[in-house]
Amino acid sequence: MTTTEQSPGTEPASDYGTHPGAIANSIFKYLSTGAGSLILVTLAAVATFLLVEAWPAISAAGGDLGDKVSFIKPEDGQGLLEIIGFLVYGTVLISVIALLIGTPVSIGIALFISHFAPRRVAQGLGYLIDLLAAVPSVVYGLWGVAVLVPFLQPFYQWLADNFGWIPLFAPPESGEVFTGRVALSAGIVLAIMIIPIISAVSREVFLQTPKLHEEAALAMGATRWEMIRMAVFPFGRSGMIGATMLGLGRALGETMAVLMIISPGLTFSSHILQPNQHNTIAAYIALQFPEANALGVNSLITMGLALFLITLLVNMLARWVVSRRSEFSGAN
Amino acid sequence: MSKRIDVNNLNVYYSNFLAVEDVSLAIEPKSVTAFIGPSGCGKSTFLRTLNRMHEVIPGARVEGEVLVDGVNLYGDNVDPVTVRRHVGMVFQRPNPFPTMSIAENVLAGVKLNSKRMSRSDADDLVESSLRGANLWEEVKDRLDKPGSSLSGGQQQRLCIARAIAIKPDVLLMDEPCSALDPISTLAIEDLMQELKDEYTIVIVTHNMQQAARVSDRTAFFNIAGTGKPGKLIEMNDTPTMFSTPSEKATEDYISGRFG
Repeated sequence: MTTTEQSPGTEPASDYGTHPGAIANSIFKYLSTGAGSLILVTLAAVATFLLVEAWPAISAAGGDLGDKVSFIKPEDGQGLLEIIGFLVYGTVLISVIALLIGTPVSIGIALFISHFAPRRVAQGLGYLIDLLAAVPSVVYGLWGVAVLVPFLQPFYQWLADNFGWIPLFAPPESGEVFTGRVALSAGIVLAIMIIPIISAVSREVFLQTPKLHEEAALAMGATRWEMIRMAVFPFGRSGMIGATMLGLGRALGETMAVLMIISPGLTFSSHILQPNQHNTIAAYIALQFPEANALGVNSLITMGLALFLITLLVNMLARWVVSRRSEFSGAN
Repeated sequence: MSKRIDVNNLNVYYSNFLAVEDVSLAIEPKSVTAFIGPSGCGKSTFLRTLNRMHEVIPGARVEGEVLVDGVNLYGDNVDPVTVRRHVGMVFQRPNPFPTMSIAENVLAGVKLNSKRMSRSDADDLVESSLRGANLWEEVKDRLDKPGSSLSGGQQQRLCIARAIAIKPDVLLMDEPCSALDPISTLAIEDLMQELKDEYTIVIVTHNMQQAARVSDRTAFFNIAGTGKPGKLIEMNDTPTMFSTPSEKATEDYISGRFG
């Protein structure tokens, strides 16, 4: 820059003051800060809403809540707290079934797409998986009731006949119809529903594995599978946990499919082949909400608060697992 | 431990593109052989055919034969995975596994071969391999720290330790010093001189001084132009190559007149 002649006494015009991108830059800064804060505000608003709305039910739970809300029957062992207990148990049980089935399948799909399939097949399969994510949950519920449950029934029968001595697979009481509308069916449908999200995220993570590390493993005589265990899994570990937690989040909160498939019940039973044993929080709220009075709605919101807390806990746990070995992560 | 390599009429293709044409050469055991040449001349590609690592790239294939002590690596009953356990490789950029500790990195390849290993055997192997790579004194107090906590030169020596821990017959080095500073480079070059007592070493390098310093024999690869295949121009004892090469192209390259 050439300095222009300045008449003495006037401030020299600075060439170094500002530049054309400065305004856009600060606008962007405020926009992104705003977006970031919005998350906090929303979260705080939801938490406050849940707490405030749940309070009337919580404070009345010890007293006459059972007289005012039709579905709360302390005399039958179904007070507010008991129901929440049963529902938390059912929600976690069904979600765990979904995760146990869904995660290995998803990881398998992701690995196949990222490391085994020929490129053209991989691309097609990737689109198909994404398509699976676009199916609405009502449709999954309908499909589960109309197709999957009848299809699984003989298998359940076999399972109950041969492995009924394991409490998990105990057959329904004699006289009860073997409907197949049970926790295991709900878990399987949920597993199918969470496969797209887990496999899509894991696939992206696996594709990020540095070529350098893959070649390092291969060059010392690792097979493809050994290379995956040595380079791909350790590198993608936190991503896989993140993906699984996303899936778990969906499974925990899923309403429609569970509502349509399961014959609901409120127990701490471990018999996943028996109907009328389990229900999830979300499905229970959806079931009771239309006929709930004001205090009933407060009670349901209390259950929603419980679901919120579970999800929060699960996410914090995942964060902790991921950060525990961050020193060894691929990031540094 | 150390074996000789004979390459006969080797062509390397990427799908239909001929990348390296008709290479025949012999690599002596217990010596350092250097491949030099301009970028894209196929020397790294050729190096990778010596342990079948080129097959990692889809569509890559070879014609011809590579004999390691008389056994053709491209024979019918040869598994590339087994080949790579006998012909080790060190890469251009240091690539220790970031999720493993220093000791785990050294043992990574060994664990593939033998499932069970007593604690003391493993400790001994870690020490001998790290000593072999001149890294023991620097890391012996922090073997449980991640491999990525080391400097670039140390990481590269860790990779060499990892490669020699599986006791290969041949050690391939693909520009092992190109990402390192001069001091680390010197450390690796010294190490090569020690390693050649036990291993057949093949090194690809862009640095002609390095080839002159470390190698016993030098092969010069060249390429006629973009899209043409790379070829072996000549190969000879290193002092001869750098003083009185028989080909004009070699002389031009090493005297810096081109490339």
